[in-house]
Amino acid sequence: MILNRASWLTLALVLGGAAVLAVLNLATAPDAPLHMPTYAVALAGKYLCFAMLALAVDLVWGFAGILSLGHAAFFALGGYAMGMYLMRQIGARGVYGNANLPDFMVFLGWHELPWYWHGFEWFGFAALMVVLVPGVLALVFGWLAFRSRVTGVYLSIITQALTYALLLAFFRNDMGFGGNNGMTDFKDLLGFPVQAETTRCALLVITALFLCAQFLVARWLVTSRFGKVLVAVRDAEARTRFLGYRPESYKLVVWVLSAVMAGIGGALYVPQVGIINPSEFSPANSIEAVIWVAVGGRGTLSGAILGAVLVNLGKTYFTSALPSLWLYALGAIFIFVTLVLPRGIVGLFARRERVVVPDSVSVQAEPREATG
Amino acid sequence: MSDVSAELHDTLLYLDGVTVSFDGFRALNALSLVMEAGEMRAVIGPNGAGKTTMMDVITGRTRPDEGKVVFGKDTDLTRLDEPAIASLGIGRKFQKPTVFEPHTVWDNLLLSLAEDRRPRFTLWARETATERRRIEEILVTTRLIDQRHRLAAGLSHGQKQWLEIGMLLAQEPELLLVDEPVAGMTDAETEQTAELLREINRTRSIVVVEHDMAFVRALDVKVTVLHEGSVLSEGSIDHVSADPRVIEVYLGR
Repeated sequence: MILNRASWLTLALVLGGAAVLAVLNLATAPDAPLHMPTYAVALAGKYLCFAMLALAVDLVWGFAGILSLGHAAFFALGGYAMGMYLMRQIGARGVYGNANLPDFMVFLGWHELPWYWHGFEWFGFAALMVVLVPGVLALVFGWLAFRSRVTGVYLSIITQALTYALLLAFFRNDMGFGGNNGMTDFKDLLGFPVQAETTRCALLVITALFLCAQFLVARWLVTSRFGKVLVAVRDAEARTRFLGYRPESYKLVVWVLSAVMAGIGGALYVPQVGIINPSEFSPANSIEAVIWVAVGGRGTLSGAILGAVLVNLGKTYFTSALPSLWLYALGAIFIFVTLVLPRGIVGLFARRERVVVPDSVSVQAEPREATG
Repeated sequence: MSDVSAELHDTLLYLDGVTVSFDGFRALNALSLVMEAGEMRAVIGPNGAGKTTMMDVITGRTRPDEGKVVFGKDTDLTRLDEPAIASLGIGRKFQKPTVFEPHTVWDNLLLSLAEDRRPRFTLWARETATERRRIEEILVTTRLIDQRHRLAAGLSHGQKQWLEIGMLLAQEPELLLVDEPVAGMTDAETEQTAELLREINRTRSIVVVEHDMAFVRALDVKVTVLHEGSVLSEGSIDHVSADPRVIEVYLGR
């Protein structure tokens, strides 16, 4: 049963919500009572990108027991790949009017495009990199970590170190990714101006579609026999080994998939927020993603999406109304959820899913009693 | 071990001079043991005698510092890791029942069936009629047929032990290593477990590690007594319980 009721509801809310926002933005006059301002559309798009990150975290944490405190790194790498494409689209419209070099390179006195920037003028290549860069990094990292049987807190700490190392690296100007300012001032995406209302609405709907696709893939994975093995590995890793499974291969598959999902989220995030800089790698971002999942309900997938949207709505409200209180509020939410709602918001409503096992034919004939 | 060449014919498991040290403590001290195919063997010994370490060595969890561990004709187990050894046909039941609690009894058995263990198989696998029949058979053998839809977490202690034995059966191993199967069981359950093991022994070899002497007596098989990492005595239960060294180890302190 790939889709249960909660899944249908999730898909309907994500797609329906995005469609309604887009229509209210485009089809109503700016002064109409129901008009949805463009900034709200962009904000919703951003939340859905975060929801992809949350989904990715839930897949590894909720189902494989890998508590990643560095998942935002994959998100940011996907974002950088998209950012590089968007930078190349600016062309001669930059401040320095240099058609071959992004502004920050001209500013640094560079004369040639570094080799790793080549190809990013093509959308197809950039899209490939969005998937490939986080995927390959996760493959190498996961292969080393899982094969050496690094688990639990130790693994969490290494993931944190990974994102921190990338943070420091991307801060450096001579890395060639815009240093501490990152990349911004994007003009167009596939020929469409990124600031335009229609582009924003289209991006929101596309993000919603990608989120739903990722959700379906994740549901398919966790309801498959693979998913059952994964949960078995999460709860009794040694047992699976003595049954002949190699937990490291299972973890690696789900880990790489999760990194790719986060990368796609990051790629869709950048055109909607209009900037990518090294702060996306900051360890706090990854930890926040874990909190979204905990709030929504770990190991539920739907909960990850719900948690990401709700906590970020809260963040948007708090950071404008009571900016100094946000971190306290976030901490309080986390403590509250951990103590009172260990299964998150979704856990409040979830009845245990009915377990479907085929009704056997031969068995009913001889129901044995355990008499002793 | 008078005539080694005759014995080697259908030797299933052969441990020779196996030594394992942890920080200077010798958990196994030149342990040697020969098991024939089809045999059921009870291994007893006081705490710290090396029973669990012996299982760890056979299943690849611990590598011996010295010695040979040979399975079947000439498979050197010291070179393999746990999944590889499990795939060879050695199943292990832990001391503390370890089942997949969030899964149903049915799914626990499904995941244990002797099949391809790689992700590329499990990603696409669908339950087949053959699998269902096999699971049903095991459910009947392990007396869990009425519990098949229940989550393993909800089973009683004894039922979990049986489920784990069922999972071992599903693996279709040649050799089962069973660590304290009746710990914490009622007398009735203990008796049923002895019966279950005898049933399984008709087609498979079993090593049972146990403290419960009444249970070992009920099994009525060859007994190996371990003490301080090596074999102290071997033979029928009456033979070993009459052995003065065994009496000293068990009762002397």
